[in-house]
Amino acid sequence: MSAIQTPAARELPPARPRWQVIVIRPETMTLVLLILALFGASLLSPYFLDVGYILRSFTLSAEFAIVALVLTMVIIAGEIDLSPAANMALSACLFAFAQQAGVPMPLAIAIGLFAGLVMGAINGFMVIRLQIPSIIVTIGTLTLYRGLAQVIAGDKSIRVPDWFIGINTVLIAGIPLTVLIFIVMSVILGVVLSMTIFGRQIYQIGTNEVAARHAGIRSQRIKMSLFLLMGLVSAVAGLMTASRLGSVRYDLGLGGELQMVLMAMLGGTYIFGGRGTILGTFLAAWLLVIVSTGMTVANVLPAVQLVVLGVLLIVSIIATNFIYSRTQR
Amino acid sequence: MSALRNILLRREAGIAVMIVLFCLAVGTQKPQFLTLDSLRIILLLTPLILIGAMGQMLVVVARHVDLSIGSMLGFSAMVTGMMFKFHPEIWWPIGFLVSIGTGALLGLINGLLVTLFRLPAIIVTLGTLNLYRGLTYIVSNAKQIDRQYVPSALKAMSQTSPIFGIPWIIFISFGVALLTYIFVMHTRVGRQIFALGSNPVAAPLRGVAVTRVTLLVFSISGALSGLAGILYASRWGFVNPSNTGSGFEFQVIAAVVIGGVSINGGVGTVLGTILGVLLLGCVAAALPLLGIPGTTQSAIYGAVILIALLIDRTVRQQGIKSLTRARA
Amino acid sequence: MLKKTLLAGLAIGVAMVTTAYAADPIKIVYIGKNTGNPYFDSITGGFEDACKSLGCEFEFVAPATAEATSQIPFIEAQIQRGVNVIAIAPNSPDALNQVLDTAKEKGILVLTVNGDLVGNEGHRDATILPVDFTKTGPNQVELMGSMIGYKGDIAILSATTEAPDQNTWIAAMNDTLKNDPKYKDMHLVATVYGDDQPEKSTTEMEALLSNYPNLVGVIAPTTVGIAAAAQVVQSRGIAATVHVTGLGLPSEMRDFVKDGTVSAFQLWSPYNEGWLAAHFAVGVIGGTIKNEVGGTFDVPNLGTITIADKNAMNTQAELTTFDAKNIDDFDF
Repeated sequence: MSAIQTPAARELPPARPRWQVIVIRPETMTLVLLILALFGASLLSPYFLDVGYILRSFTLSAEFAIVALVLTMVIIAGEIDLSPAANMALSACLFAFAQQAGVPMPLAIAIGLFAGLVMGAINGFMVIRLQIPSIIVTIGTLTLYRGLAQVIAGDKSIRVPDWFIGINTVLIAGIPLTVLIFIVMSVILGVVLSMTIFGRQIYQIGTNEVAARHAGIRSQRIKMSLFLLMGLVSAVAGLMTASRLGSVRYDLGLGGELQMVLMAMLGGTYIFGGRGTILGTFLAAWLLVIVSTGMTVANVLPAVQLVVLGVLLIVSIIATNFIYSRTQR
Repeated sequence: MSALRNILLRREAGIAVMIVLFCLAVGTQKPQFLTLDSLRIILLLTPLILIGAMGQMLVVVARHVDLSIGSMLGFSAMVTGMMFKFHPEIWWPIGFLVSIGTGALLGLINGLLVTLFRLPAIIVTLGTLNLYRGLTYIVSNAKQIDRQYVPSALKAMSQTSPIFGIPWIIFISFGVALLTYIFVMHTRVGRQIFALGSNPVAAPLRGVAVTRVTLLVFSISGALSGLAGILYASRWGFVNPSNTGSGFEFQVIAAVVIGGVSINGGVGTVLGTILGVLLLGCVAAALPLLGIPGTTQSAIYGAVILIALLIDRTVRQQGIKSLTRARA
Repeated sequence: MLKKTLLAGLAIGVAMVTTAYAADPIKIVYIGKNTGNPYFDSITGGFEDACKSLGCEFEFVAPATAEATSQIPFIEAQIQRGVNVIAIAPNSPDALNQVLDTAKEKGILVLTVNGDLVGNEGHRDATILPVDFTKTGPNQVELMGSMIGYKGDIAILSATTEAPDQNTWIAAMNDTLKNDPKYKDMHLVATVYGDDQPEKSTTEMEALLSNYPNLVGVIAPTTVGIAAAAQVVQSRGIAATVHVTGLGLPSEMRDFVKDGTVSAFQLWSPYNEGWLAAHFAVGVIGGTIKNEVGGTFDVPNLGTITIADKNAMNTQAELTTFDAKNIDDFDF
């Protein structure tokens, strides 16, 4: 078989039809899964199919989804960050602690955001300057940041002022504000990643960092800016969560890193860098929310949800790898 | 080669010094920390982590990582606990076979996913971390295995001692460490793990069966998690679908990294890993004695991991320098 | 084509919504702290039996972890399902305020069962607690005193530093020890926190023994803590000198009581909490019970229940004490 096929394949360089280029992409897989999930969830529970409810449920994951967009860019650049959920907790704790101690609100918010930036800088410094693998650095800082949040707040919850509560219940044209922020962020980051020089350079760094550096790309500076952005956006997400919950505790967003990684992976971002899109992560965020909401409203055991999430992660990465290995040839 | 040896020796000496200094510092505040009794407390805190760390060390040396060990521990312990509960007629030591076997099977699944589909271990095991935990809830119907179902003879292993008042499970954990040492230093396959980790591209050229070695390290990691699972039932006397083993991966990875196993693969020693485990054990035992609230524990763990990474990097850089000097 | 099939599927889904609403019995859901927590099996049993006799529909759901926010999606989902009653053992005293308000706005009866929103009571309709929690502290001190002859150094091993129930009890214990002359020879030397984790509780217990060699008793008012403390005492073989008591589950403590490590401990009946909650909920929705402070109503097996301050109800007046004589009578 193969002996006959090989010469033929060599003669014909695969002129890929245009529809294949468009259709055989990881994002297509995500979209198909999304539609299937919508369909499945509607069958699973008669209470699921309600736009208001789905949007409300999305607000519960919107903060993670926003961070996942930036995480996608970090992963495309060939790095990873597992500390954003802990960053969210620590920034929110610092913010809440400061405003409780009598610091005026705008300043307290600034403290929270600045803390996030610093945390991003620490990650960036250790990964880029000290050349320690980002996966292990951020496992360490994940433990440290959440630990510090626990030191600051103990296991008390700190209330935030009433006017600060409820960003997720502000509706603009029927869409909760946090969901809207996610959509706007997706558009902006999508444009940055796919249409600017900066964005293309991120792909080049992720594909081959040495080559990118030889081509004159300041890879260290770009990666550092991604880690800083990651820190800042995590802090914003932390404050948004504080506003949604009305109180802050050290365990805010606990385990969120898994959901964020899952969103990026489900969206077809290649774990080794160089490939992936904001569109994919955008779709994956909805997919994840619909899958978990559908199961929760049908009173499916959380255990089954864990299994489904685990299987989804593995299946999505197998599919992504498969698609990329096919299209690379 | 000897330069490399020196670095490794220095690394372990460094951790040993850290342990001694830490214990002395605590001892000045609380003299009772420097007694045999507190050594017993420290040792009793560490057996499960030590066993898990041996498996994790092999995986990390082979340039992978296994995040699912806590869930494998939980699942194996649950299966074994259910055997104790629903089939009390079965001779209890069979539980060891069941638990280790279950763990090995789960580890093999990780290994197969990694090798067959060429997936990064970190993502595969992140997935199976959830998957196995979910399965633990499902097989147990989210019910805890209570103390009364765990055989007294098994629980006694954490309390009674064959010699010197040291309980059986400490002997088991150090026995595992000794076997691991013999395996990595004196068997062909053991050396191949290091060859694979230090250069995955060159390894097959040197006759290393990459797939088989990879499957082996993941299965060992699973089997040892299984062993840790039944010992969990022995140590704590119950198996809970959500608590048992959760967070285990962080303690173990921290111990392995502190012990000087390089996350870049190919470098790591049994002694270093043991010392890493002991350092964590000392910290965990000292905090309550000093009256430091438990809420700071996680921050201290994080700081210790980061410091270990910094030391690791400094040592590595010096090693590169001394190697280049030696060559020049 | 595909689109049409999908739309058809969705339409079926919508059709199911409308049919499901016809002539429903009262739907009660209980949201536990987390799955795999043996404590909730017993509460659930009470709900189930009550609903069997009252003809309501009951379901138990719980998140995988007991983290502060993990119950929110479950509450949202139950609102969406249109249940009539949400009973919950809250994981946080304040992170659930907003979503519980939404539930109340939709006309759902919100009850906290086995734990309350301390300081945020306005966000639920009523609470069902096993005992009047002001009794727990004095009861525990008395039990400890009777075990050690009302004399010597004692310590408390609690859950987390901010656990609201435990802190109420500990404050009451301190108060009792200080003000009741009966306990003047008992000295509370330390209060430590094991965070409801077996490992941490064990190291805290070991540290207590090593920091206070004269210790004769430990009160652990948390099920995880008392089991860990008992295990340390058992493995060191010092049950004769250090007495452990506290709040524990009979199923977890049975072995320790039988081998003499723990002579007695206390708790209440979680089953009755579920039983009472279901009767109360059905009564309030059916109009036979008025949810007003000072009101009373009768519940089979429990007698007359009074709705106390802050709409709180208790299933029993005093804690139940378990010892070698009666422990086999309890199966939770």
